[in-house]
Amino acid sequence: MNTAAKTDNNRPNITLHLDNQSLALRFEGNFKQFKSTETLQKIQNALKKKPQRLCFNAENLGTWDSSLLLIIFETIKQAKSQNIPFELNKLPKNIQDLIRLAFSVNRSPSAVIPDKMGFIEKIGYTTVQLYNKTTDVLHFCTQTLDGIGRLFTANTIMRKTDFLAALNECGPKALGIVSLISFLVGLILAFVGGVQLQEFGAQIYIASLVTIGMCRIMGAIMVGIIMAGRTGSSYAAALGTMQVNEELDALETMGLSRIDFLVLPRLLALIIAMPILTMLSDFMGMVGGAFIGVLMMGLPYQEYWRYAFDAFHLNNFLVGLFHSLCFGVIIAVCGCYQGIHCGRNSDSVGLATTRSVVCAIVWMIVATGIITVICQELDI
Amino acid sequence: MTAIIDVKNLTMGYGSFVLQKNADFTVNKGDIFIIMGGSGCGKSSMLRILTGLLPPLSGKVFIDGTNIVTASADSLEKIRKKSGILYQSGALFSSMTLAENIALPLQQYSDYSAEEIREIAALKLSLVGLGGFDDFYPSEISGGMKKRAGLARALALDPEIVYFDEPSAGLDPISSRNLDDLIIEINRSLGTTIVVVTHELESIFAIGTNSIFLDAASKSILARGNPHDILKNPPNDEVLEFLTRGKKHAKE
Repeated sequence: MNTAAKTDNNRPNITLHLDNQSLALRFEGNFKQFKSTETLQKIQNALKKKPQRLCFNAENLGTWDSSLLLIIFETIKQAKSQNIPFELNKLPKNIQDLIRLAFSVNRSPSAVIPDKMGFIEKIGYTTVQLYNKTTDVLHFCTQTLDGIGRLFTANTIMRKTDFLAALNECGPKALGIVSLISFLVGLILAFVGGVQLQEFGAQIYIASLVTIGMCRIMGAIMVGIIMAGRTGSSYAAALGTMQVNEELDALETMGLSRIDFLVLPRLLALIIAMPILTMLSDFMGMVGGAFIGVLMMGLPYQEYWRYAFDAFHLNNFLVGLFHSLCFGVIIAVCGCYQGIHCGRNSDSVGLATTRSVVCAIVWMIVATGIITVICQELDI
Repeated sequence: MTAIIDVKNLTMGYGSFVLQKNADFTVNKGDIFIIMGGSGCGKSSMLRILTGLLPPLSGKVFIDGTNIVTASADSLEKIRKKSGILYQSGALFSSMTLAENIALPLQQYSDYSAEEIREIAALKLSLVGLGGFDDFYPSEISGGMKKRAGLARALALDPEIVYFDEPSAGLDPISSRNLDDLIIEINRSLGTTIVVVTHELESIFAIGTNSIFLDAASKSILARGNPHDILKNPPNDEVLEFLTRGKKHAKE
């Protein structure tokens, strides 16, 4: 009986007493995570009747948390907006202090909030942004070309150790993943093609299919995608972190070229590593094809490789290598550009990393399209 | 006194958001010049403008007689050789040892041999109390030591001006005081002009010989002169409040 009474006493209760003179709010019980929406609505309606003053009573108040503070804060805020005088002196001292503290802060934002743009303004703004972005990217590309030019005249500050570290990162350390993915791609290519070719009894041409496919384009594309996700993103993250840590500012104020110091070692490393990785990818794809052809389709091992070598054309191989070279440049430029143009907080680093991968993959596809059309026109 | 930095009618901000309007001030050779003010008043942006990292919205910034706002890349490079900067985090290159960090500007701008550069780097590290740490990487030393190493790099080319961005930020009181002493020592021994952006009142009163107080609300300079003189004759309550609250804390 006693406990029940105690439970009732502890239940949060707000009583509104409104007469001509004043609105009195009485708080009783424990206010822990109290749902205040309905109560606030009632208080709002009461305040609309314009009482002469607002007062609070908390004599039987138990424990409380921010939900009670919120009710008091919102009530006072509305009373202030309606110029209704209020009294806090019957509230506990700590609640009074917190409420005073909450109102002591200047709540108007100090920064200028831009007006909402109209449709025409939005078009103009987007056009200007696009123009600025394009000139920025072109400027970065010309600076990089200039850096490559300076590299040949030995007039650059690129450090050998940075270049070797970048080469190690995108070369030997990428061998495993490139081998595995390429083997699996060759395997899938052979399996999908083999099932169809088997219907005509032409399964021996799996070797030709895989060899031509891998050497001409698939090897380069697979390496490109792997390296965009693995190396391009790491370039963006590394340079983005340098931006956050003010290291890029330090370079600039020391008058040291970001291109020479940061971009060139990474670009050169990828230009060297990509064709080599692509050659490995081509070979591993053919091995994957052999795995299916020999073990699943029952082709003689030597026959498979004889057909594979017959299908191997230098033109296809060189076109594949040319693709990989272009992809290397694209991955390095996208990664470094996004990293250098990263914002100054940790979120921006993540954003720069994502953008570098998306940007590299999109431009690799565009480059593939262009190269394919050119090769078609040149009959290569 | 000869002016080494002369800022005229400078308006700065980002896009349509103006931080400071028509700011004018002069930094004399040999000064320890403090740029102070509350958060968001544009102290760090002012430093970025003085170092040529951020273009102002309008106005002129003369460093040793050259307007860096309109200066060509070559002129800007010459100006930058005369200055060093210590960033909040030290901004050391994490892939290089401390000695390599300090050697970098020397390799770029001096004709010293590799051996001489190594010795100069060791000397600069000793000057900031990090003798023997030549082969340490930034990740292997503490925050205070990183700032010292950053200062050693800023001093590599014997600059005429050294800029400090919030040197006390993130340091314990003793390390902060030691860094203040180091700033005074460098100023006295090398005659280097020092420009410090800070809101640490202890540092302001300990090292500042001249200062400006930037205000975010009025977007203007509210006070200028020696920090002690400003405290004696504060131009308004805001400046007084800013300068005295710190004193109260110091007493506590």
